[in-house]
Amino acid sequence: MMPALTLRNIVVGALMVALILLPVYAQLADDRFLMTLFTRIIILALAAVSLNLILGFGGMMSFGHAAYLGIGGYAVGMLAKEGIMNGFIQWPVALGASALFALIVGALSLRTRGVYFIMITLAFAQMAYYVVSGIARYGGDDGLTIYKRSQFFEPLNLSNKTQFYYLCLAILFGAIYLVRRLVNSRFGMVIQGARSNDVRMRAIGFSPYRYKLVAFVIAGTLCGLAGALLANHTDFVSPSVMYWTRSGDLIIMVVLGGMGTVIGPVIGAVTLLVLEEVLSGITEYWQIILGPLLLLVVLFARGGIDGLLTQLGERLRRGRPS
Amino acid sequence: MTLFIEQCLNGLQFGLLLFMLAAGLTLVFGIMDLVNLAHGSLYMLGAYFAATFAAFTGSFILGAVLALAATLLVGMAVEVIALRRLYGRDHLDHVLGTFGLILFFDEAVRLIWGPEGLSLPLPSWLNASIQVLPGVQYSAYRFSIIVVTLFVAAGLYILVMRTRVGMLIRAGASNREMVGALGVNIKLLYTLVFGLGAALAGLAGLMQAPILTVQIGMGENILILAFVITVIGGIGSVRGALVAALLVGFIDTLGRSYLPDILRELLSPAAASTLAPALSSMLIYLLMAIVLIFKPEGLFAAGRK
Repeated sequence: MMPALTLRNIVVGALMVALILLPVYAQLADDRFLMTLFTRIIILALAAVSLNLILGFGGMMSFGHAAYLGIGGYAVGMLAKEGIMNGFIQWPVALGASALFALIVGALSLRTRGVYFIMITLAFAQMAYYVVSGIARYGGDDGLTIYKRSQFFEPLNLSNKTQFYYLCLAILFGAIYLVRRLVNSRFGMVIQGARSNDVRMRAIGFSPYRYKLVAFVIAGTLCGLAGALLANHTDFVSPSVMYWTRSGDLIIMVVLGGMGTVIGPVIGAVTLLVLEEVLSGITEYWQIILGPLLLLVVLFARGGIDGLLTQLGERLRRGRPS
Repeated sequence: MTLFIEQCLNGLQFGLLLFMLAAGLTLVFGIMDLVNLAHGSLYMLGAYFAATFAAFTGSFILGAVLALAATLLVGMAVEVIALRRLYGRDHLDHVLGTFGLILFFDEAVRLIWGPEGLSLPLPSWLNASIQVLPGVQYSAYRFSIIVVTLFVAAGLYILVMRTRVGMLIRAGASNREMVGALGVNIKLLYTLVFGLGAALAGLAGLMQAPILTVQIGMGENILILAFVITVIGGIGSVRGALVAALLVGFIDTLGRSYLPDILRELLSPAAASTLAPALSSMLIYLLMAIVLIFKPEGLFAAGRK
């Protein structure tokens, strides 16, 4: 099916093309910082996409999603410290550890709802934060430097910036595809149904708890993958990756971009991080602008940027009779 | 034994201090149904105001009173300008909007007071130790915190349970539309409740200021503790907040001082020294997780809906 040529789809398409072509531009302009920035943006966009699966579609307001960034990162970092550089071991461990943590947290947290759910997911993330802060062997509070990136088979070399960028981008596109398929499947319908009315889902014979738990684990695992990428990108992992304000950042990306659309979080991540860069270039005190801006988005732009684009497109079309 | 009594007093003092924060949070939570992450910023502002006014007036008490008034005003202003518009919205909107406020306040403080922290020196009459029990010396300042917070807690109880305003507050918590329909100016009531919560947070901040440094981000760690307490106690329940705050205060303080010794008895010294700091920081989160698993609505759920 060919997507309709609306304003929103044009912007999304342009964003994708820009992400694909960015290394070419960076090469020509010899701008290495731009590559570093956008690799980070893509990795965090992956984390935001994973959060959106439970937050936007499942209505599960997890305030501890950054924990999986840390778990994925520490899996890579700890194995590297013990001399295991092989990515085929590191990454599955990162994914497995994140999935296991998500399974435990989800199984317990999904018994509660509302604010209690927000707070219990936060509590588990804080526990993970304190655990890694306390392990002196892996750097404790100071964090852990990773001297060698994950090793894969021959031509793939993560230390090559361009290769690493495209690997991250491919994984992001893969994740978007996966979330899209999931959301439109029967499984996705059940979790979206449970978001709007849990009781009704039970009444028609579903057990939303199990569906939600599976979604929670998938989201955690995907975010753990983002964590493994992030650790490879920064060659460093520290407890601050999983501090609660980082979970807040991820929520901002999802809501800013547009909750409950598959691409929204990507738009949100790009906007937030580019905005941070631009604002911090204008003034040292950039958060004094970003803070109220967030409040304004909450108050006046409920569908996020994605929603705004759709509305704007509608208005343009109606203004121009065809 | 002396040490144990001292640690218990520390636990009591920390618990009561946390109660000042949690009480405001749980009132705002229970009555306006607002998740206010910026509560920690008001705590920080209380400390900054106190340090500034105390240095300006030269009097600790006068500085504290002015700081309390200033925090109250800031709180009411924030409610009128921004938060009022968030009532009735999704909790996600609250989290996001007030997260924006945290960024704003942190940066505003950095802009006004600079990135270095301030210190709030104690007057000499508080900077001494007194004999609380025969043979037990305790810091006069920490002891005065216990006394002040107990008075405030009692005042809060009387305000909520025994006065007309308190009756309206309780009525507003159980059914806000009905209270509005009965002709109560619910907007004004909300602003007052929010101001009260802000002043309590400011009080906690200014009392903590001489013990810790006054710095940016000081509200963020303690905010999470306050949230843990409101959730353990049951959202909207001031009594629950008091019980949970004391529980958290004792467990945190005693855990930090005795857990290393206990672990050393059970495990090898190396394992104990690795495990102890992490485990003692985790204790309260563990407590909250356990409480929520068995009582998903908290210990004293305020029977709503």
